[in-house]
Amino acid sequence: MTATKQRCLGFAAAGASFALVLSGCAGFGNLGNQPGVTTVTLASVNNPQMQDMAQLLPEFNKLHPDIKINMIFMEENDLRNATTKDVATQGGQYDIMTVGAYEVPIWGQNHWLMDLTDKAAEDPGYDVGDFFKPVRDGVSYQGRLYAVPFYGESSFLMYRKDLFQQAGITIPQRPTWDQIAEYAAKLKDPSQDRAGICLRAKPGWGEMFAPLTTVVNTFGGQWYNMDWQAQVNSPAFTDAAKFYINTLGASGEGDSVSFGFTECLNLFSQGRAAMWYDATSAAGSVEDPTNSKVAGKVGYVRAPVKMTQNSGWLWSWNLGINAESKKKEAAWEFVKWATSKDYAKLVGSNLGWSRTPPGTRKSTYQIPQYVQAGGEFAPLTAKIMNEVDPTKPGVEPQPWVGIQYVTIPEFQDVGNQTSQLLADVIAGRRPLNLALDQGQKIAQRAGDNQKKG
Amino acid sequence: MASTVEETPTIQAPKSAAKTKKTTLADLKGQDLAQRKFARKLIAPALVVAILITQIPFLATIYYSFQNWNLARPQERSFAGFHNYIAVITNGAFLPSVWATVVIVGGSMILSLILGLLLAVLLNREFKGRALARTLLITPFLVMPAAAALIWKYSLLEVNTGMVNWALGLVGIGPVAWNTDHPALTIVFTLTWQYTPFMMLILLAGLQSQSGDVLEAADVDGASAFQTFRFMTLPHLRTYAELAILLGTVFMIQVFDPINIMTKGAGNTKTIAYLLYERAFIGQQVGEAAAYGVVTVILTIVFATIALRTMFKIFTEEAR
Repeated sequence: MTATKQRCLGFAAAGASFALVLSGCAGFGNLGNQPGVTTVTLASVNNPQMQDMAQLLPEFNKLHPDIKINMIFMEENDLRNATTKDVATQGGQYDIMTVGAYEVPIWGQNHWLMDLTDKAAEDPGYDVGDFFKPVRDGVSYQGRLYAVPFYGESSFLMYRKDLFQQAGITIPQRPTWDQIAEYAAKLKDPSQDRAGICLRAKPGWGEMFAPLTTVVNTFGGQWYNMDWQAQVNSPAFTDAAKFYINTLGASGEGDSVSFGFTECLNLFSQGRAAMWYDATSAAGSVEDPTNSKVAGKVGYVRAPVKMTQNSGWLWSWNLGINAESKKKEAAWEFVKWATSKDYAKLVGSNLGWSRTPPGTRKSTYQIPQYVQAGGEFAPLTAKIMNEVDPTKPGVEPQPWVGIQYVTIPEFQDVGNQTSQLLADVIAGRRPLNLALDQGQKIAQRAGDNQKKG
Repeated sequence: MASTVEETPTIQAPKSAAKTKKTTLADLKGQDLAQRKFARKLIAPALVVAILITQIPFLATIYYSFQNWNLARPQERSFAGFHNYIAVITNGAFLPSVWATVVIVGGSMILSLILGLLLAVLLNREFKGRALARTLLITPFLVMPAAAALIWKYSLLEVNTGMVNWALGLVGIGPVAWNTDHPALTIVFTLTWQYTPFMMLILLAGLQSQSGDVLEAADVDGASAFQTFRFMTLPHLRTYAELAILLGTVFMIQVFDPINIMTKGAGNTKTIAYLLYERAFIGQQVGEAAAYGVVTVILTIVFATIALRTMFKIFTEEAR
């Protein structure tokens, strides 16, 4: 009961302080305004790449002395709540927002974001075609661009070259999941505390279900069919979940429900897993000799498949302009600068090439210094980013754009609850079919909302 | 629970106070009465402020619980009637969550009370370095919950490198996947580790307040050490234990950090506090989360009233 009260209090307080901070910031912005200077407010997620952007603001001001950027950093969940509230209530508090790939299509559909298609096409130097097509598709709704990608990632399989060589296995460039399961069984070594493969199994839509949904896709399953009918207990979804859980049980990490991205990164970097299927952005940390014992010993191949050609996921952080903003022109100038070809070079030469935002532009991967710094995984990342298809990642067509998530507001909840049920299956507390039947019900409730429109 | 702590004394106290006041007010005449009335008027604003500050969040919760409010669809906010309450009952998440709360809080409570009692009895003896031992034993209570959860997750319960599995390995038990196979137990471990010092402190205060004469008398009468403890010390400690249980429950029922860090609510660890968080921030259903909160408040008030009444009965019987 105190818990309840405190949560609510906290909730109210958070809301109030948000309001205060925001109004405060806006106020200060206006106070400091010189005539002829437009102040643009940017709500950003507090990731390192965005912090770098803040550091480079003086460079932008050299080009545009008449535009002042006021950056507000928030933690991901706070940002999501604050910006959703702002755009949905037509508040117009933020002119520019960093928007995750999951929300862009939802917001685009609601016309909460400015349609950037024509703006982006206007300037030939900006070159929209230079963005990887899948990344562009991921932030489009019905062919119109509602945000521009700032950095992106896909998923691939990381493996220990030395262990594979010892075992005499040559891994194909496009392995199948069956092969991977076989290799994992061969390469696990309990006497040395080494798992065959590390796969995320920590409950959460962004943890377990990021890799697992890609497996579901390539096994021919999907969350919803074209009529928003949930498919969670369909044979293909069941097969995929069964495969994932069996592989974990046979040759995955011990205590798998504890393992999310961070835990797997730790395990793999310590040399205690022979393979790891995860984000392309993990490679930077894996190759960093100060924190990783396996730097230089890791090879990279495409995400394993079964029935599809590709199976990598797709994620990007993007810059979107509020449809209610009164400073759209100035906002666009900034968005264009931060997502331009030259921005990558600017970060590289000022802050270091490993800090260049990856995974959005082909041209970034043609910068020799960047390719050199990115080692083996950079060219592969570029290829994968170009190959995945967020409009139809699986075998069957789907009514949304996105690979490892469904772009409906309820998906966080659906994925979260289903992943908790699967955690029970991994522990043997619940049979798989009952867990998926339950997941089906949860997913169908959200699907029914979607049918209503 | 908290409000019962606040409420019960106020329910009890005004009863006796009101009785005496009634007679005095009737007895008071002229200037005294006027003064008294004036004094009340002076206090009134403070009272109103106190009521507002303490009750507004709760009233807001009740209001939210009748709203159709999804954070992801803010423009569709509307009056929902009892829809949220129906969802609470039909979703099937509430009862398992109540059960998980009872198991986790109850289990940790019993364990930490027993361990706390043992440690308190040990600390009640005179020995060299007692102050140091006491400080060391209190430390877990001072560690921040999130830090404690991380220590348990990585240093103690990690499947390959954790100290617990290492110790089990010494006696020939293979590695245990704690978070996967025994998630509720990992939370109970963490909570017990954190709250044993708290129980110990309160019980130690109880032990130290026990008069030496009583123990000496028991000794003279030929009671064994165990008999003295069982028939003299334990009854004396009862009030302290009740206080410890009450406060401990208030603290533990809010458990959030270990669940969020270690189990993410999987495997019967979704306590009410975590369920609320999930509904509000992952499900983004503010109305439904508020309805869960209101139902929890009602249940706790009913439960706590019954529990406290029996407790007070014991008190009065003791007094006789």
